[in-house]
Amino acid sequence: MRTKRSRLMLLLTVLAMVLAACGGGDGGGATDSTETTAGDSENTTTTADSGTDTTEAEPTEEPVTIEWWHIQNNDPGLSLWQAVADEFMAEHPNVTIDITVQENEAFKQALQTSLQAGDVPDIFQSWGGGGLREQVDAGLVMDITDAAAGFDSEFNGAAASMMEIDGRMYGVPFDLGIVGVWYNKALFEEAGIDGPPATWDEMLEDVQTLKDAGITPISLAAGDKWPAMFWYGYMALRIAGADVMQQAGIDENFNDPAFVQAGEELQRLIDLEPFQPGYLATPWDGPDGAAAVLANSEAAMMLMGHWAPGTMSANGPDLAADDNLGWFIFPEVEGGAGAATDAFGGGNGFAVGKDAPPEALEFLEYLSSVDVANRVGGEANLLPTTVGSEGSITDPNLVDVISARGEAGYVQLYLDQAYPPEVGAAVNDSIVTLFSGDGVPQDVVDAVNASWE
Amino acid sequence: MTATQITAPPARQRRARKWPIILALLAPALILYVVFVIFPIGQAFRYSLFDWNGLQPLTDFVGTDNFSQAFEDPVFRGALTHNGIIVALTLLLQLPFALFLAVLLDQDLRGRSLMRLLFFAPYVLSEVVTAVVWRQIFRPGGLLDAGVSAATGEQFQGLWIADPDIVLYSVFFVVSWKYFGFHMILMLAGLQQIPDDLEEAAAIDGANWWQTFRHITVPLLGPTVRVSIFLAIIGSLQLFDLVWVMTGGGPVNASNTMATYLIDWAFRRFQFGYASAVSVIIFVLSLIVAIAYQRWALSRDLDGAITVRGA
Repeated sequence: MRTKRSRLMLLLTVLAMVLAACGGGDGGGATDSTETTAGDSENTTTTADSGTDTTEAEPTEEPVTIEWWHIQNNDPGLSLWQAVADEFMAEHPNVTIDITVQENEAFKQALQTSLQAGDVPDIFQSWGGGGLREQVDAGLVMDITDAAAGFDSEFNGAAASMMEIDGRMYGVPFDLGIVGVWYNKALFEEAGIDGPPATWDEMLEDVQTLKDAGITPISLAAGDKWPAMFWYGYMALRIAGADVMQQAGIDENFNDPAFVQAGEELQRLIDLEPFQPGYLATPWDGPDGAAAVLANSEAAMMLMGHWAPGTMSANGPDLAADDNLGWFIFPEVEGGAGAATDAFGGGNGFAVGKDAPPEALEFLEYLSSVDVANRVGGEANLLPTTVGSEGSITDPNLVDVISARGEAGYVQLYLDQAYPPEVGAAVNDSIVTLFSGDGVPQDVVDAVNASWE
Repeated sequence: MTATQITAPPARQRRARKWPIILALLAPALILYVVFVIFPIGQAFRYSLFDWNGLQPLTDFVGTDNFSQAFEDPVFRGALTHNGIIVALTLLLQLPFALFLAVLLDQDLRGRSLMRLLFFAPYVLSEVVTAVVWRQIFRPGGLLDAGVSAATGEQFQGLWIADPDIVLYSVFFVVSWKYFGFHMILMLAGLQQIPDDLEEAAAIDGANWWQTFRHITVPLLGPTVRVSIFLAIIGSLQLFDLVWVMTGGGPVNASNTMATYLIDWAFRRFQFGYASAVSVIIFVLSLIVAIAYQRWALSRDLDGAITVRGA
């Protein structure tokens, strides 16, 4: 008897394992209807809700969970988002906001894995552009154009277009910065340079002047690749102009001669050997990063986004505190079609998952209110995108950045985010090769065109 | 019930009755293996035939285009070459060095167990920790540069991981630093299995140290060395963590290995079809090397083992 029973048990165990294995095995399909991990009871309730609830227009008083993935994994951003979520939950007792915080790179991989399994968070970090377009094409995100039009507050135009694909909106922006040159005023003075260069030729002269004075002119994090892309992207925008830049994204090629010219102009800079030693391996962040190089006054300039002062002071002395840090927009290029006020930049937003409950949109309306946007600017060191919140920025350098953003007729999104990931990576890689001295401008065009085929 | 068991059934019947039990006992392991090893490998083969970004359904069938694209890509060919260089350097430098140390530490030396411990210690570290530490040493203005500057009194800057022409050799150095101790211990164990009387007999016959080493130690150490070589080749072909953390495959792809190239295409470009094709290439390559090596080099050592037919 005993052997028989244990044999039966064994058979059952094996059977259970087979079933479990099958359940996990075909998770690749996008039509997974069962949640495999029910972390808490709320989670399970939501699943049941979205399964049975067919009328999603009206917010219900039934318990609702909003899954929110963001990447503000450090204070002050971390506590700000927590506070915003807590306030909304206090107003709406039936809503639970389930926050998942991840570091940038970890988030990208986790999101991709989750999306492949058809498990889309209700609200998640997005940079717009090509990445968002792929999610739209795969039907993973929700068109919120009509809902956003009904929001109490209004978005900055360039910021809103970041979250738009073919004129439809799939999320809300909360931060938009533009790239510019951060420079060390004391080192400029030491080399005898009066002020920021207004044109590219002046810029090249200043680089030479700095070199002659024994100062490394430029700090560059080519190890992370994208900082090198900033140089090329800005240069292309200055030479090609807004229309050609937009058309390149639509036509999906870099065939316009401006893209070769941009490389040629950059080569004039690269030939001066203006970068710190080992720049090809230098990362952006960290004690050996490009931010630290500028903060330690080991180089005079750096082309970077508005987050630069924060990273610099985290890895070295606070130049801004001594009023030694200045900012200017990328200089005008003589003969270029681009306006001197056009800017190159990017920011952050939240995309809305395809199955998000109506409460998620209500929450995003609250998150986009002038009230919260003022705190995004005032507390979290981001550049808020809700019209009327610009005054929350008080840091003199960031005031320069946000007013330049206001003057920009067109903001070109970072090239590696404007285009699909594969093209973005090809852009970055080929530009780094150019900066290494091994490539020619035509290589960038060829690599990008090939990746777009 | 017990009555039937007293008279033993004929052998054939007994065997037939054994099968359900064998199957049942085998099933858990077999199922796990199929689900977590065979099935994913099959999926990778399937994905490798599609142009697929991981989000949309698998519809864009491209046949073997992904494979030809990989072999035409100079970056992938470069990565393949880098793996080859690491394999070659490992066999030519790292293993002989490990053998040298093993022979040395097999002698009656003072403090030899401490030295064994020291040499083996790097192997215990995780590859990521190793990479982070060595990155701090090799980076421009890092510990090595600072040390040389302090010693010479001149400002020194070596582009150990920043110069595309040097970086691969820096990576090889760190790989060797981490793994020579492991091979040393393997060979030391092999050396201790060689009976002392053989060496004594050789000494009585008038053999000098080199003759003893050449004709007794090396042949008898053969099986160990062959296993060491096998592990070193497979490890070099699949080299990933250390490179990824220390250099990210850069600068300008100069330290890419096949595995870092694969991860770059899968998780930076999200081209899962193409990345699967690359993974298939790595798999097939490793498999060919493994089978060929087992067939030609390890066949003697495996004689009598159950993996060899006709045992």
